[in-house]
Amino acid sequence: MAVVAIGAIVVLLAGVHVDDSDSDGLGWLAIATLFLALLLTFGIFGQTGFTFAGAIAMDSFTAYFDVVVLLATMMTVLMSIDYAGRNRMPGAEYYSLIMFSALGMMMMAGAGDLIVIFIGLETMSIAVYVLAGMARRDPKSNEAAIKYFLLGAFSTGFLLYGIALIYGATGTIKIGPLAAAIASGSMNSNALLLPGVGLLLIGFGFKVAAVPFHMWAPDVYEGAPTPVTAFMAVGVKLAAFAGLLRVFLIALGPAAVHWSLVVAVIAALTMTVGNLLAVVQSGIKRMLAYSAIAHAGYLLVGVAAGAGSGGAILYYLLAYSVANLGAFGVVLAIERTGEIGSGKISGLRGLSSRSPMLAAAMTVFMLSLTGVPPLAGFAGKFYLFNAALNQGYTGLVIIGVLNSAVSAYYYFSVLVAMYMQEGGAEESEVRRARPALAAAIGIAALATIAIGMFPQSYIASAENAFHSAAITETQRAVSLAQ
Amino acid sequence: MSSNVLSVLIFLPLVGAGLMLMLRSERATWNAAFLFSLIPLAVSFWVYSQFNPSNGNYQFVESHEWIPSMGISYHIGLDGISLFLVLLTTILISLALLYSGGGDITERPREFCFFMLMLESGLLGALLAVDVFLFYVFWEVMLIPMYFLIGIWGHGRKVYAAIKFVLFTMVGSLLMLVAILYLVYSARVHFDRLSFDLPLLYGVPFTRTEARWLFAAFALAFAIKVPMWPLHTWLPDAHTEAPTAGSVILAGVMLKMGAYGFIRFAIPLFPEVAIEAAPLFMTLAIIGIIFGALVAMIQPDLKRLVAYSSVSHLGFVMLGIFAFNPQGVEGALYQMLNHGVSTGGLFLLVGMLYLRRHTREISEFGGLWHRVPVYASIFMVVMLSSIGLPGLNGFVGEFLIMLGAFLKTGYWTAFAVAGVILGALYMLWAYERVMFGPITKAVNETIRDLTPREVAVMVPVIGLMILMGFFPRTILGTMEPSIDLTFQRVRTMQARLESHHSSPQLAALLPASQRVEMEPRTGATAQ
Repeated sequence: MAVVAIGAIVVLLAGVHVDDSDSDGLGWLAIATLFLALLLTFGIFGQTGFTFAGAIAMDSFTAYFDVVVLLATMMTVLMSIDYAGRNRMPGAEYYSLIMFSALGMMMMAGAGDLIVIFIGLETMSIAVYVLAGMARRDPKSNEAAIKYFLLGAFSTGFLLYGIALIYGATGTIKIGPLAAAIASGSMNSNALLLPGVGLLLIGFGFKVAAVPFHMWAPDVYEGAPTPVTAFMAVGVKLAAFAGLLRVFLIALGPAAVHWSLVVAVIAALTMTVGNLLAVVQSGIKRMLAYSAIAHAGYLLVGVAAGAGSGGAILYYLLAYSVANLGAFGVVLAIERTGEIGSGKISGLRGLSSRSPMLAAAMTVFMLSLTGVPPLAGFAGKFYLFNAALNQGYTGLVIIGVLNSAVSAYYYFSVLVAMYMQEGGAEESEVRRARPALAAAIGIAALATIAIGMFPQSYIASAENAFHSAAITETQRAVSLAQ
Repeated sequence: MSSNVLSVLIFLPLVGAGLMLMLRSERATWNAAFLFSLIPLAVSFWVYSQFNPSNGNYQFVESHEWIPSMGISYHIGLDGISLFLVLLTTILISLALLYSGGGDITERPREFCFFMLMLESGLLGALLAVDVFLFYVFWEVMLIPMYFLIGIWGHGRKVYAAIKFVLFTMVGSLLMLVAILYLVYSARVHFDRLSFDLPLLYGVPFTRTEARWLFAAFALAFAIKVPMWPLHTWLPDAHTEAPTAGSVILAGVMLKMGAYGFIRFAIPLFPEVAIEAAPLFMTLAIIGIIFGALVAMIQPDLKRLVAYSSVSHLGFVMLGIFAFNPQGVEGALYQMLNHGVSTGGLFLLVGMLYLRRHTREISEFGGLWHRVPVYASIFMVVMLSSIGLPGLNGFVGEFLIMLGAFLKTGYWTAFAVAGVILGALYMLWAYERVMFGPITKAVNETIRDLTPREVAVMVPVIGLMILMGFFPRTILGTMEPSIDLTFQRVRTMQARLESHHSSPQLAALLPASQRVEMEPRTGATAQ
């Protein structure tokens, strides 16, 4: 984590004298730093313990999320390398902000108490607010940044107040002791705890774009520069769910009887609204935004089902991340310079003849997001629905499954445009010779296929990660109680 | 070596599909695709030759761990039920590829062959899967190449037809997924063992309500595929707008997957509910027979007529299956093979006509007999097979089905016979309007007769029809042990229900464990 922080500062300083249109070198520097951090992260797997006096948890859960976040960040930087220069985005600020945001995400994932979650959330979010507005000359980008900032700041207020209420109710903000306090019934009363949980739900709900806190997502996703959109859709969701899991499944686990129904309802609404609204979209980034909302819904089914689905949620996040990164990569590949938010699905027409490899990759991503075997998205959905069913949430699973069928319509409409229609050439351009972006898309496609066909090791690692978080916190609660 | 042959069979077409993408010239692609498809064909014939006809259990079994934490294994096997469907698949794919190279498909031949071979892999995988998860994976995988085949190389409202096909099938199969998950969960609760292996799942006890819902979910997915009335509305569009090769495979093999699903999964897993639901399904089957025939009669489009005839014929198949007696089920399986051959042939012939005149309207033809005698004669044989003329394959299947249904009850058979008559009616009438009489359209004067390639495609079809019509015993005999074994659970359940009705005292004498539980399929795990 420290590596990332230092790296971000290095990038920032190194970029002081770099021209806006020539920032590729900074991007590669950022990737190198992130790679170094990735290597160091692998050492955290298998440990259980805390650092910084209990503020940061060093367990497999942290490691798992750190790895995925770092990979997502590296992919984002890969995708931005040519893009930033062409759109005259200030390189030093751009890359260092991405890295700072990644830092915040890693903090959220490894949080040992609620305040650290808050700090991580803020670090991540403020960086992303600025990133959303990075294309300064584009009014849509500015609009996206302002919307995200205002709504985000507001929702963070909810989060903080919720944390305060929970502290008031239980006397602790540490994750493990929190669970112990609720379980042992030694709190003052429910009157403080439940509103606190509710406010927390609102705060997190905003970040993952759950219904009814999702209104910002389509506009912000559409207006932000496309690599930033990818970063938001993947990284922010990863971090937000990491925090959500630590708080709701571990810390508030004993109080599940109070919040699981609410989360279930939110999940059902989110899936349905996300899918139904995605069907009518003609802009590709907006469609992907609503699809991201729908996927948050599926993940919330897992949250509602409780701690037994922890591993499934982690695996689903991985599957979702690779497919989404790839999809946004393809959107980036065909985007016309200077027209950030205007990419339409009709711009994909005839892509199979203009650029068959790109079309094939997009097919893999769309099919994975729909949940077609043998791709990662299917394995994720299968595993998640299985976990939810095993814990008795049959109704939610049926809703989820029907929603998957609905989602086939809009994901397949992308396939229709690419393969069965002609003439999108005037709305989009496929640029040649962009190895960084091509590499990113290719890696994402291969990962989607590989993770889906041979999921065993990833599932095992996901299960392991979730259990280690539970273990770490239980250990701490026990030791602190002594 | 022989222990891996089924995996080779499943994945070889996939390898071929990959190779297709690397070829340059169009001619090379078509030749390579056809020649490559002959390899799975040869392998499947070899498997047939090595098949032990007296053993009803799975043969050539392979089992490897795939996702141990979920109890999912790569478990495949072949028995008398799937053997002939596998042969049907490999034969039809080869014929479809041979035909398509003759000018039917003009654009993007590489991708076409890629999707056809990928489809073959998916179909073979679904037929050979013993692990329920594996089956589900291949079942879904089948959809995607067919979607592309219809949507890219189809005619008319091809995109609409393709997406309708996908959505219909997907809703059904996703609900089946929920049922599978529930099934496995119940198995784990009961047997304390997490596994998706089909033989193990046969033994899970359920409450009546649970079993009904689970059967409904499975039945929905398969009934959409068959298709049973009233879930058939995707079929006319999909069949008509698909390219010829697509229609051949869709009608020839994919529809059978629905019936196969009933025989392999829905019925043996929940025999009590199956028996309970049999009257409903037989009624729906009869409605399908009559409805399909009646609507076929009024179709102005020849291809749509054949599509509706599929609905009618598959109604016969469902009738036979739910009779639950050897005649009915064997007849149904035999009819599945027949229908694949004869309707596949019909779609090929309609395709040839479309290639020449770019229309499928019956009114555009008339008096073709004079100009294309070879075509007309082949058409006549195929049509007669479809009608069920004795001496050709259709008769054997239909007769057995009606015998089986009659043994169940006489009324239904009367309706089925009506269906046969209607079938003859619409086919003969269509044939007459197309082939006989004077030539009414001048353009038909110069219509070409069959090319050597087209003759080469139709000869095996005709050959199969005659062979299967005169010598059904080999095939029926080979199927019998497996059908016997699969329906054993249904027969046990039937016997038990009858004994309950006839003598409650006798039922009370049964030990308590036998009264509420089902025995697992005996001797089924051939490891």
